[in-house]
Amino acid sequence: MSTSATAVEQKKNDSRVMGLPKKTLLKWYDEMLLIRRFEEKCAQLYGMGRIGGFCHLYNGQEAVSTGSIGATTEEDYVITAYRDHGLALSKGITANAVMAEMLGKATGTTKGKGGSMHLFDHKKNFLGGHAIVGGHLPIAAGVAFAIKYRKEKKVILCYMGDGATNIGSFHETLNMASLWKLPVIFIIENNRYGMGTSVERSSAIVDLHKRALAYNMRNEVVDGHDVLAVYKATKEAVDLAKSSYEPTLLEMRTFRYRGHSMSDPIHGHYRSKDEVESQKKLDPIELFADVLRAESIADDSYFKDVEKRTKKIVEEATAFAEQSPDPPLEELYTDVYRETGGE
Amino acid sequence: MPTVSFREALNQAMDEEMARDDRVFLMGEEVAYYQGAYKVSQGLLQKYGETRIVDTPIAEEGFVGIGIGAAMVGLRPIIEVMTFNFSLVAFDQIVNHAAKMYSMSGGHYYVPMVIRGPGGAAHMLAATHSQSLESLYAHFPGLKVVMPSNPKDGKGLLKTAIRDENPVIFIESEMMYGDKGEIPEGEYTIPLGVGEIKREGKDVTIVSWSKMLTRVATKAAEELSGMGISAELIDPRTIRPMDWDMIVNSVKKTNRLVIVEEGWPFAGVGAQISHEVMQRAFDYLDAPIERVTQEDVPLPYAHNLEVASLPNVEKVVKAVKKVLYQNGQ
Repeated sequence: MSTSATAVEQKKNDSRVMGLPKKTLLKWYDEMLLIRRFEEKCAQLYGMGRIGGFCHLYNGQEAVSTGSIGATTEEDYVITAYRDHGLALSKGITANAVMAEMLGKATGTTKGKGGSMHLFDHKKNFLGGHAIVGGHLPIAAGVAFAIKYRKEKKVILCYMGDGATNIGSFHETLNMASLWKLPVIFIIENNRYGMGTSVERSSAIVDLHKRALAYNMRNEVVDGHDVLAVYKATKEAVDLAKSSYEPTLLEMRTFRYRGHSMSDPIHGHYRSKDEVESQKKLDPIELFADVLRAESIADDSYFKDVEKRTKKIVEEATAFAEQSPDPPLEELYTDVYRETGGE
Repeated sequence: MPTVSFREALNQAMDEEMARDDRVFLMGEEVAYYQGAYKVSQGLLQKYGETRIVDTPIAEEGFVGIGIGAAMVGLRPIIEVMTFNFSLVAFDQIVNHAAKMYSMSGGHYYVPMVIRGPGGAAHMLAATHSQSLESLYAHFPGLKVVMPSNPKDGKGLLKTAIRDENPVIFIESEMMYGDKGEIPEGEYTIPLGVGEIKREGKDVTIVSWSKMLTRVATKAAEELSGMGISAELIDPRTIRPMDWDMIVNSVKKTNRLVIVEEGWPFAGVGAQISHEVMQRAFDYLDAPIERVTQEDVPLPYAHNLEVASLPNVEKVVKAVKKVLYQNGQ
């Protein structure tokens, strides 16, 4: 082998991108940036009183939604809790529809019925947006039950915060998912705090992925700042679920930059400013940009360009939402009961 | 017409719907190998196998939620709760998820699911195992609540509930599974929201359902008949949607109303019926509406206290006499 061939081989071995196509990698970068800028706009609109209710932002956790949904296909399902904007965007729901929902407009994902915490899209196989901690976990297992019942080769990704691992439904669901071998991947987005209470102060076991051991379930801890690590771990779990209906529990260690919701402080009694600042040095978008640069997949002009494009998408989404009509009052009485079915 | 027990009628409904539609499955505690805690699912495991007749761990919140998820992506689950008292463990799933999914998702997802099992008092089961929860579930928009009083209605209503595309709370009675009754031959269904006049009368309307109808109101009507009082007996069969027209029209005829329910008085179903009749037939009423309910206490264990707490024939006769201004005569 010549010296140059060895160098090429060496470079290939050092590569972190697992031979993924350039198109995919750039799509992920664009998506993560879109989520970041989208959430920053939401924070601004919330401050202006344009977005109401509770609004939980995804800043800092972008690698989790992008890398994990990147390991699935369109026909796979996603379900999550109330911190759902990033996952909705990763699942392919448009920024226009999500932003319109934030503003409670007729053009929103649920016509203004659900708001920030309850995004849904049947066509995208996005099953919510659920605002009762842990409540959606058994529902995810039910979707997986249906997949297996129909002998399909699909999977559902079920996201939750670290706080959800202490509620009863988590334990009931993991037990049944493992007992019945259901194709569900539970993804704990461990951002260290359930609102203002740390994992250390709420959980008897801080390595949350180990909770799976009690249910004889495959599990892994993943660097949630690293989109490639998230992809790799999720892909393995997805392949296994599709080939043998094996569930997995993945603990993604991540960090949220904002407060629990827009009504909550970024730091204060429960976590220090230093902690937030030091975590921001592990920014998932910047870390991924470093990889793309190092592997000559993207250069500064690309990053500049995508920043511009993203800004435009968010501005257009905001304008679309602002200009969209409120839901008509007749909408108040729709979608309560299905009139079809019965006899 | 064949005569079958209540449990056989419900079993037939599930059997027929499972044969008709591959999407229908039954899940719950002891429904498969044990053949049902009250033997309602007897024989179904042998016929449909483990994929469609599914034993669960004791985890109501979990398996009710599994039903919801399966329904959201196209299956038609029947979830059996061993008794409705245990459904309270799954209250979050039923109320926050099943009832709201269709609306909150803006019509993206709906939950065609039946949650069924016995409710109400049986015999000396004490406070936690004796509750009548129909008014609780009927409170929530998005849910339907069905309470059959006989095998014929049980079969026809359960088949309709399984085909319904909304979450349906289907409350049976431990005391009634052995009740026998005639059912029509072959395929039939009964629509939800349509009551039945079980006995025609002209002096007073008695509205009651499930066990209170068969065990208490019917006997009271017979006793009253002996006293020359003609009671019209209405079984709404469905608590939500309620057949308001049938009740209102009856009251317009008899001008007097007594509501008999097993649940507690505060915010009970009877309170809602009373309000609706007051709104729609106020000028027809010749006496204030009377309600016979369980006493406003957690149900005690001791037999004499249990009997004292629940509605009975004597209490209903007294209430009817009151609306007829015949007390003390």
